[in-house]
Amino acid sequence: MKSMASLVFRGGVHPEYRKELTASLAVVSMPAPAQVVIPLQQHIGAPCEPLVQVGDQVKLGQKIGDSKGFVSAPVHASVSGKVAAIGPYNHPLGRPVQSITIESDGLDTWDQSIKPAGELHELSRDEIRKLVREAGIVGMGGATFPAHVKLAPPPEKPIDTVIINGAECEPYLTADHRLMLEKPGEIIYGLKIMMKALGASRGIIGIENNKPDALRVMRQAVESEPEISVAALHTKYPQGAEKMLIQVTTRRKVPSGGLPMDVGVVNHNVGSAVAMTRALREGKPLIERVVSVTGEGVVRPANLAIRVGTLVSGVLEFCGGLRGNTRKLIIGGPMMGLAQTTADLPVIKGTSGILALTDEDVDLAESSDCIKCAKCVGSCPVYLVPTFIAQAAEHKLFERAEKLHAADCIECGCCTYVCPARIPLTQWIRIAKFEVLERRKQK
Amino acid sequence: MNGKLVLSSSPHIRTIESVRSVMVDVLVALFPVALVAVLLFGHQALVNMAIGVVTAMAVEAIWLRKLDLFGDGSAAVTGLLLAMTLPASAPWWLVVVGAAAAIIIGKQVFGGTGNNIFNPALVGRAILLASWGARLAGPVWPVPKPFNFGVDISAVTTATPLAGQAEALKVTLGQMFVGNVAGALGETSALALLIGGFWLLYKGHIDWRIPGGYIATVFIMGAVFGGGAYLNPLTTGLFHVLAGGVMLGAFFMATDMVTSPVTPAGKLVFGVGCGLFTMLVRLFGAYPEGVTFGILIMNALTPIIDNLTIPRKFGEVKKSA
Repeated sequence: MKSMASLVFRGGVHPEYRKELTASLAVVSMPAPAQVVIPLQQHIGAPCEPLVQVGDQVKLGQKIGDSKGFVSAPVHASVSGKVAAIGPYNHPLGRPVQSITIESDGLDTWDQSIKPAGELHELSRDEIRKLVREAGIVGMGGATFPAHVKLAPPPEKPIDTVIINGAECEPYLTADHRLMLEKPGEIIYGLKIMMKALGASRGIIGIENNKPDALRVMRQAVESEPEISVAALHTKYPQGAEKMLIQVTTRRKVPSGGLPMDVGVVNHNVGSAVAMTRALREGKPLIERVVSVTGEGVVRPANLAIRVGTLVSGVLEFCGGLRGNTRKLIIGGPMMGLAQTTADLPVIKGTSGILALTDEDVDLAESSDCIKCAKCVGSCPVYLVPTFIAQAAEHKLFERAEKLHAADCIECGCCTYVCPARIPLTQWIRIAKFEVLERRKQK
Repeated sequence: MNGKLVLSSSPHIRTIESVRSVMVDVLVALFPVALVAVLLFGHQALVNMAIGVVTAMAVEAIWLRKLDLFGDGSAAVTGLLLAMTLPASAPWWLVVVGAAAAIIIGKQVFGGTGNNIFNPALVGRAILLASWGARLAGPVWPVPKPFNFGVDISAVTTATPLAGQAEALKVTLGQMFVGNVAGALGETSALALLIGGFWLLYKGHIDWRIPGGYIATVFIMGAVFGGGAYLNPLTTGLFHVLAGGVMLGAFFMATDMVTSPVTPAGKLVFGVGCGLFTMLVRLFGAYPEGVTFGILIMNALTPIIDNLTIPRKFGEVKKSA
């Protein structure tokens, strides 16, 4: 009924992508640092409790933090060595988080628990979920939602489709792009793991059409996989937002306030797929990930495979440092990433990018009054009226903000991006969303 | 490094568009309109438009006590639009009073750019209409003398096609499309207005729903109730679209961002409403032209329209009654 041309959602923006800085750079392994800092919370959900004490010897891949909560993910030692400290440390979220510091012994001795789990066809659904949970896998696109939770939907929500998110719609970032070029087999195996765990009959890999090489490689890789298809997506931000991705690949709309599972879909990032493959085939937990270190402020941009817990300062040093005109240091992409005031913080499981923007691209212009141009309305992929919600938030009219569906904001940043009056709309809407959700909790 | 890293909420990149660049785009869109005005009405057109622009910018700069004359560019747009609603024969002081009133009473008393309720240029025009109506009504409109510069355009005047009987004036629809008829500087040439209007549509600064709803409503009401202008309903409808200020109003006045709705459905309602009130004034009112009051009335209704047309959010489940 609908052709390929319909793989497009309403709203969104077209920022400069600037992916050429790193798109052609193959992933390089950064040597393990002398010291790692492993936050006990690298996921949405309950924080972990430490399983080790200061002075303990730990092995590579050893579980060092876990929680009894279902929505949580354990953390593992990404080097072998000695626990040097347990205490608060800077975290990409902007506030200190309980973290375990390990001094590496430089030996990378694997923990004896690390062994292949067996072939996929030998494993039950529950065994897969347990493996994924024990490996500490979270949504690696940046949302960091524990992956095993998404593999265990309630029985009344049958899942027929698993979508692998290879859109990578954030400007600058190319980590997922490189994974698709370099590890197509691991991504597809990861998708099969998810399909098996969920009993899903269909797998879709969605890739923006600005990555023709990745489309080609992935299509080749699925040629003998009748249940898996590759979907070329229109290049538009936020194509990788789950509601948009599901809408264009399955024509299903996730209901307001609902989850993808409400329409029979689960989606995961390509990095999470690779992590699941390694957890099964090699028994390795999530202790390393691919990070795009990029932006005009980085002397030698690169795609690096980095041990979780490596300090950003060390990563930047490995890339030649920052240029003098660097004005913003961001963990993640330029649209949804978190700005930092220091590089003294660790790379965590959800760190897709380390981005340094220079004076040239950091717009410090003050905002002026809204001219009601409605560009924010046209850009909103979930059909909100951002300027009205922002006004309501500014005047603390949170009931009005709720009526204007503030809680439905996906915080993609399109409204702020397009605003000619330079109003930080997304920021105001975040405030409104927070207040609205707090009030709902109190009711 | 720490001392100069900027901390702010995402997103961290911005469009290069600014209020000023949007206003510059509107001025660019008005260029073909201004050019045709000068070609038709000669140097007096140029002088009046310049007076409008300079007065509006100067009054705004003085009001805001800022040396930046161009500012966000909105004053220049207001001044130019005001001049475009007046005849080439309008005396300089009329343009000055209109532009000053537009900026002060139309905009700054409300709090400046973004905060005014009514379209400033139309407020200026409405004040002139109320104060010096005789200069803007009746057979006072210069007949265009294409490509004839330096002559006094005010020597030969007539009624506009809308005020007089179009048949009696022997005006064809083709003439009206090009703009070779008596009328206000920026209103006569539908062709030039379409060029500018489509450019603004292409740039994404205006939404088709406002000019579309406006023009369609004027056409339909003109065809059905238009009466005497032309014999068949189609040409009568077209006459009402091409005559007077509908094209300028539809593409450049009603689409004023500040004073029109922000919701897609609201924009359509607004456009249709502008057409409706314009035609009510034309067909049943005391003035021959209803664009000014039609749009001003809808400006007043804009906040209500917006609140009644908040879009259904993504994935909103239809409530069963």
